[in-house]
Amino acid sequence: MAVPAIQAEGLVKRFGDLVAVDGCSFVVREGEVFGFLGPNGAGKTSTMRMIACVSPKSGGRLRVFGLDVDRYPREIKAQIGVVSQENNLDPDLSVFDNLVVFARFFEIDRTEAARRAEELIDFFSLREKRDTPIEYLSGGMKRRLTIARALINRPRLVILDEPTTGLDPQARSLIWERLRALRDRGSTVLLSTHYLEEAERFCDRLVIMDRGKILVEGRPDEIVSARMNRFVVETTATPEVIALLEREGIGYERFGDLVHITVDAAEPLVQRLVSECSPARLHVRSATLEDVFLRLTGRGLKD
Amino acid sequence: MTDGWVSWRVRHVWERNFHVFVRTWKVSFLPPLFDSLFFLVALGYGLGQFVPAIDGVEYARFVAPAVVAIGIMNASYYETTYGSFVRMYYQKTFDALIATPVTIEEVIVGEILWGATKSVIYTALILPLLAVLGVISLPGSLLLLVLALPGGLLFGGIGLCFTARTPSIDTLSYPQFLFITPMMVISGTFFPIESLPVQIQWVAFALMPLAHLVSLSRALTLAVPAPMGLVNLLWLTVVTAGVMVVAVRQMRRRLVV
Repeated sequence: MAVPAIQAEGLVKRFGDLVAVDGCSFVVREGEVFGFLGPNGAGKTSTMRMIACVSPKSGGRLRVFGLDVDRYPREIKAQIGVVSQENNLDPDLSVFDNLVVFARFFEIDRTEAARRAEELIDFFSLREKRDTPIEYLSGGMKRRLTIARALINRPRLVILDEPTTGLDPQARSLIWERLRALRDRGSTVLLSTHYLEEAERFCDRLVIMDRGKILVEGRPDEIVSARMNRFVVETTATPEVIALLEREGIGYERFGDLVHITVDAAEPLVQRLVSECSPARLHVRSATLEDVFLRLTGRGLKD
Repeated sequence: MTDGWVSWRVRHVWERNFHVFVRTWKVSFLPPLFDSLFFLVALGYGLGQFVPAIDGVEYARFVAPAVVAIGIMNASYYETTYGSFVRMYYQKTFDALIATPVTIEEVIVGEILWGATKSVIYTALILPLLAVLGVISLPGSLLLLVLALPGGLLFGGIGLCFTARTPSIDTLSYPQFLFITPMMVISGTFFPIESLPVQIQWVAFALMPLAHLVSLSRALTLAVPAPMGLVNLLWLTVVTAGVMVVAVRQMRRRLVV
């Protein structure tokens, strides 16, 4: 079998007494879009930083393209592109200069760097801003440029920490589209996100993390179908509805003045609810990754 | 991450700073030049009218090499304190760089080399002005361009040590008024170091890099033998090497988590 892009076994990261990553094992195959999901503080960023060889691991084994992260950081870093959560572009430089100056760190010569920079400027729709200092770019443009910069070395693996956070829907969909194009060209894409609906649509496989541990790993549709009934019936939590559910022994979850009931066949329940309780609100939808996520990680605020 | 020695990739870090510098040099280089000239005019020509010659040297010529030495110090020290802190903390530049095949050690050494380069550039710009004013002797003073390099490395390294430890940009003012300012006064800059109590002279020569730099700088601009030239050079070399090692270690501790 081909060497996986990333292979982690019992990966641990400690900061003093705090265990940020607590024995995680997972495999990312070459050529897939792999997602890290989880609430804030779950250990996503710590894990990605260890993979990117910028943060030493505290325990376990971690290989990127078959290379040990402790022994071959330079070789690994030469083959990956990293987009961190915070913008770390050079504010004094133009879009074009940001790209070519960064290319030098990968030993790419000037002509080649300029050629790749022009190509990436087109790929990320930044042509009109080519010579603009980046302080005059919008948030979405900066993020696109940060991703473009991470691709300057034609990486086999791109690691993105919340690439779409804080962007408007148009900017987000452009970024997803480009990441898929990248995957279609054979790159492996590893990313973390809080947008579960996007993760469900765009990730080939993903893990859900919480408190440093991996709770599930798999394809989004499989994760959902393995853990949830097919439908979620959402209705008003009136005393009649609750009484009906209790009487029939139907499991439900209550969120404020709403109840969620997950079922495999929605019709019988819906009919009974309508005829016996006539609730003000009744909504049937497919179960999603978000339902699994909330069930696994809980609804309480994480920070 | 762990394969930590410094390769020639360090030049990319230097180049990056140079690239930014070319875009902003007018803003970043005129102030230090004016600073030096103001000092020279105020002290050399203003105060100098009331000061008799020191060992046969008129006061403006006595102060000029100190002004250059202070300029060399400031050019690299401010680059690796405020400049590096902004890159490290606000611009997250170091984070971006260590995600490339460059190591943290190379980033740090590159920053210090860049600081030293600024000292050399400063010296290259101030020397012609001082030559026109006739306060330095030529061609010996051209050697200041060479001296600027170790001087710049030393103060660049010292600056980064403070940058590695400072909690915020505001607290960078502490090393300035606890270390830089007193050093500027007692390093034989504006009056001969011999006029200080002998204990303070010892402190100056034991702990104050500027004292050694001024001593060498003055020997060059006055074209006289330095009384302790070899000691000064040796001191600068040893301390520069030590400070660079400390700077790299401290910055590693701060950045590699």
